[in-house]
Amino acid sequence: MSRRTRGVVLVGLLITLLLAGFGSYYASSSPDGLARVAIDKGMDKGMDKGAQIHAFGDSPLAGYSVREVGSQRLSGGLAGVAGVGLTFLLVGAITVGVRGRGAGSEPGGRRAGQTTGGGGARL
Amino acid sequence: MHVPDGFIDAPVSLGAGVVAVAGIAVCLRGARRELDDRTAPMAGLVAAFVFAVQMLNFPVAAGTSGHLLGGALAAILVGPYTGALCVAVVLLVQGVFFADGGLTALGVNIVTMSLVSVVVGYLVFRGLVRILPHSRASIVGSAFVAAFVSVPAAALAFVGFYALGGTTDVALGTVTVAMVGVHLLIGLGEAAITGLTVGSIIAVRPDLVYGARGIAPAVELRPAAVAG
Repeated sequence: MSRRTRGVVLVGLLITLLLAGFGSYYASSSPDGLARVAIDKGMDKGMDKGAQIHAFGDSPLAGYSVREVGSQRLSGGLAGVAGVGLTFLLVGAITVGVRGRGAGSEPGGRRAGQTTGGGGARL
Repeated sequence: MHVPDGFIDAPVSLGAGVVAVAGIAVCLRGARRELDDRTAPMAGLVAAFVFAVQMLNFPVAAGTSGHLLGGALAAILVGPYTGALCVAVVLLVQGVFFADGGLTALGVNIVTMSLVSVVVGYLVFRGLVRILPHSRASIVGSAFVAAFVSVPAAALAFVGFYALGGTTDVALGTVTVAMVGVHLLIGLGEAAITGLTVGSIIAVRPDLVYGARGIAPAVELRPAAVAG
């Protein structure tokens, strides 16, 4: 990774952590589009009573809050940061794995503006 | 738009799971061609960003909120195959660790919010980029429109699953109108966030926007030599 790309990724990660760690506290807590439709139209009526509860509903991060942390701001922020970290690491690992498999056709030296293989990058 | 357990019956949920697994397999193959020295470092960031921004529900109407799906955004930034993988991982993390989206509905959620939103979003984006003049403004505008369209498209995909295996007898027309209606509003938020994000990155490092490749490493306009 070039130094400049690393810089962009680090700045991006910082912004992402701020959004998840601080910004999320100010998010709307109203039901989202699907939940609203389900409530208004009664789409949740056909569900088994037990099915409504998530199988992992009592996991430590369930509902975007860290269990045992009282402050809602802190709890939600920590959960957001944990989710960002988890997602980043998982996709990072997948990326490394995928690139490792394709090492034979390593496209390392590509330049800006050049079209990539079959990835659909032609303009 | 995270579907909880119990909205869609078991056979259709299972079928959606099979489609999701097949789609992810295709994406793993396709991502090999997309991941290079510029997209690879971006992929983890894009997924983490989508996770973070999905937490930021914005109000769309009285007592209703919406949040980013991120399929169009991810596809434009790191390529459609990698982008779909990013969103699928976000949905997996949300379902397993955050109890957001049912575990039996994970297939439904991956098909609607990852595969459908990426395919529709990216096709709209490519189509617009092809017909618009080659400029950064065109990329940002195309990203805006693609993101907007991707949300009602994902909502329609959910309606499709509901038609096949919905567990209630709420009329299909009612569900369709309600889902598409509210998700047109949410689509505007998706479009704004996607346009802003793509616009910010293209302003500093256009070469890090997969969908802008061939347009502009440094210049605003470029002769149509790369058309086609």
